[in-house]
Amino acid sequence: MIVRRYLELFWSFFKIGAFTFGGGYTMLPLIQKEIVNKRKWATEEEVIDVFALSQVAPGAIAVNFSVYTGHSMLGIPGALAAVFGMVLPSFLVISIIAAFLANFADLPAVQHAFAGIRVAVGALILDALIRLLRGVFNKPIPLVICIIAFLASVIFRTSPIPLVLAAGLAGFFLLRKRKAS
Amino acid sequence: MIHLQLFWEFFKTGLFGVGGGLATIPFIYAISDSFGWISHAQIADMIAVAESTPGPIGINVATYTGFHVAGILGSALATLGFVLPSIVIISVLSRFMKKFKESDAVTSVFAGLRPAATGLIAAAAFSVIKLGLFNPGHQGIVDILKWKELILFVVLFVLIRGFKWHPVLYIAVAGVIGVVCNFQVH
Repeated sequence: MIVRRYLELFWSFFKIGAFTFGGGYTMLPLIQKEIVNKRKWATEEEVIDVFALSQVAPGAIAVNFSVYTGHSMLGIPGALAAVFGMVLPSFLVISIIAAFLANFADLPAVQHAFAGIRVAVGALILDALIRLLRGVFNKPIPLVICIIAFLASVIFRTSPIPLVLAAGLAGFFLLRKRKAS
Repeated sequence: MIHLQLFWEFFKTGLFGVGGGLATIPFIYAISDSFGWISHAQIADMIAVAESTPGPIGINVATYTGFHVAGILGSALATLGFVLPSIVIISVLSRFMKKFKESDAVTSVFAGLRPAATGLIAAAAFSVIKLGLFNPGHQGIVDILKWKELILFVVLFVLIRGFKWHPVLYIAVAGVIGVVCNFQVH
């Protein structure tokens, strides 16, 4: 029953989407349980490979992983079934919250709460940023790229796309590892 | 027209937002600056919602922005735009994944991309913190800083660094303190 396999793909990734907060590496234990141990759709090594690939490919790790698993099982339709399952929980939950907030955003209590929440968001992003900066500070060329991107964005409000493209080119020409001979 | 723009802007975000999660945020600021669909304050609120709900942050932010701009159809189109690059790229790459991952050209390009993404996230963090802690249009150190907010910021930051509890906890506590201490709204 081919339809059943699509439904299984959809349902497995629906569960992963519904029960992981924050995406990325927080999904790893659930993926191991559902995809590797229970369904046996991928091996432990494939999971690690896709996570590594997601470091060097655009897109959210969660989405990339669902595309990879779905595609390797049932081709493009499989990839679509898996992605649909993965994004549906977010889609439903966020749409409900957005609709709710649109109705209550003008209440003073909600506004004061969000004034406080913004402070927490600032502290959380600063914490995440410090972890990211560790990978940048000990290497001169990445550090320069990071500082240029920051200044261009803050001072000149340069759009991220030209900055990302320029940084990719800089990496290609300046950070290419010479083959050990 | 606005639906097409939503789809296209989030397609670009999915395509160029390397590093997942927070890497999406600088693109949302760019979208806010060029279209005015959402304010910087709304972006900060959106990050709080995205971090407090299940699912990848990028998907959550795309859905939220889409809904805010054009209702349920808007959130569907923004989300579709955001995941489409992944579907195409990963479907193509899954065939020769090992080769791609180990190619010198690819690793060097991404060695340049990642620090730029970090710099852009730093710029986004700067915007969020400025919004939370400073009064626009005031002069002098006493008036320009929101002192209650600054104290909360320092306390939360120390707790986050020390304890690594789930973000939703810090967000909830900060929301309650915002109401109790009557944090100012601008």
